[in-house]
Amino acid sequence: MKFERYGIGIAKGMALTFKHLFRPPITVQYPEEKLVVSRRIRGNELVWLLDRCTGCATCAKSCPQGNIEIVTHLSSENNYVVDKFEVDTGRCMFCGLCVEACPFDALAMGRSYERAQYRRRDVILSKEQLLISDIRQPSGYARPKIEASLPKQSLLIYWDRKEGGQKLSWLGLSKKRGRGV
Amino acid sequence: MTLLEQFQLWLVNIWPGWAAYIVPGIVGIVIVLGFLLVMVLVFIWYERRLLGRFQVRLGPNRLGPEGIFQPIATAVKILLKEDIIPAKSDKVIHWLAPVIVFVPVLMIFAVVPFGQRAILADLNVGIVYVVAISSISAVGIYMAGWASNNKYGLIAALRVVAQVVSYELPVVLAILGVVLMAGSLSMTQIVASQNIPFLILQPLGFVIFFLGTVAEMNRSPFDLLEADSEIVAGYHIEYSGMKFAMFFLGEYGHALAYSCIIATLFLGGWQGPLLPPILWFLIKVMAVFSVIVWMRATLPRLRVDQLMGFAWKGLLPMAVINLFIIAAEVLWLSELTPWLMVAVNFVFAGVLVLLWSKLFTLGGGRVEV
Repeated sequence: MKFERYGIGIAKGMALTFKHLFRPPITVQYPEEKLVVSRRIRGNELVWLLDRCTGCATCAKSCPQGNIEIVTHLSSENNYVVDKFEVDTGRCMFCGLCVEACPFDALAMGRSYERAQYRRRDVILSKEQLLISDIRQPSGYARPKIEASLPKQSLLIYWDRKEGGQKLSWLGLSKKRGRGV
Repeated sequence: MTLLEQFQLWLVNIWPGWAAYIVPGIVGIVIVLGFLLVMVLVFIWYERRLLGRFQVRLGPNRLGPEGIFQPIATAVKILLKEDIIPAKSDKVIHWLAPVIVFVPVLMIFAVVPFGQRAILADLNVGIVYVVAISSISAVGIYMAGWASNNKYGLIAALRVVAQVVSYELPVVLAILGVVLMAGSLSMTQIVASQNIPFLILQPLGFVIFFLGTVAEMNRSPFDLLEADSEIVAGYHIEYSGMKFAMFFLGEYGHALAYSCIIATLFLGGWQGPLLPPILWFLIKVMAVFSVIVWMRATLPRLRVDQLMGFAWKGLLPMAVINLFIIAAEVLWLSELTPWLMVAVNFVFAGVLVLLWSKLFTLGGGRVEV
């Protein structure tokens, strides 16, 4: 007598959904909770490291779109000083070729990803905007040394407790929940 | 004597006769209507949250604490929408259908006992009244599908008539088992006779009644009449705004009403230790509704022929046999040995469910109907 033939499948299904009640939800409530992104994310357009840049314009040559505009002059110490370093990120496709091409590791892709602007002219980033800052951190894309120092990606807000995750109380009270980042 | 009758007697002394007759009725109706509307909002929120947890997500949790005001926002949104009437619809029937769906649902609550004396009208034929009234909604749904002049609406309407007529039979037969054991048709008497809840005394009757009512209130897995994947929204496909809100209210009101009826007939109604009766009643209603949501979260929708087969080949014969067993027990077994009855009924329930599930297997049990 096989019990598969006697409606036991329905009971199995019901038991499975009942178990799901006690699983933490996979929902990420975005503005309040953020996941840790991939260490090699090609996120926020570019991060420019001023002290490493020699103004060689290799990045501008490697850009398939011609988005990078770079103007330099020769200084008294016989090196290039960058006057203008502008990236039209409205046309950028995040291929990362400029980062790969840079011979002095002066460019990196960014880690943050909230890039929306209200005005079109705001997507053209100037030299000052491209500089490294608290909200503009380089990602590990084509930069293995940076990658090694970054935290691992998380796919869930609630992950295993052993890896530093948090456990959810059963009714999952929404506002008290912690943040993923 | 119910609380309302007592109120009426007290009112006769100070007010003229006609006022003392009308005012308690209106007060009772307003209380019951308020209960219905508030509970429907709670049900909508509760279903969405619980369904979310079953599907490993959160459900609405933005508006108010834990998203408790989300159904109110939904209701306001629906009420503010434009009322669209199709050009070639049958306008009078199109207008009338939501009312005919909703009003019978409201009328069911007249005989639901919320407490020992808290009942709107203690009819001596209470459960027959429920059976008679609750079927009228099907007429309203049929009218809606017909008047919309829409093929999906009509398909849903035809489905609902077939479904409700089919499932009415096992439901009534299961009710008969309860009535035999309680010895009365009155809802208060049925509750009063449940020292042991009828859920334990007649498990098979409960299963039949539960599945039959889930089919009658057109909820998943029997929600053929608004099967999203086949006929978009079914009978209310051409409805918007206030009229759609009436259908929505009627649907959840139906779920609430039948949860109340199941709690009354099988779970001992307002009876329970420690807590006040109304609280016990609400706990039981929510428990019944939770199981309905659980079924919705688990089971896929039945096909039309499976639905009909389940009613006529599965539930109906089982309900007839169940009725005979209960009748024999009431006749020959002593009322002093209820636990013997419980044991016999559980054995019968198990054997019958096994036998009938065998009947629903095709292809050596590999493809199940």
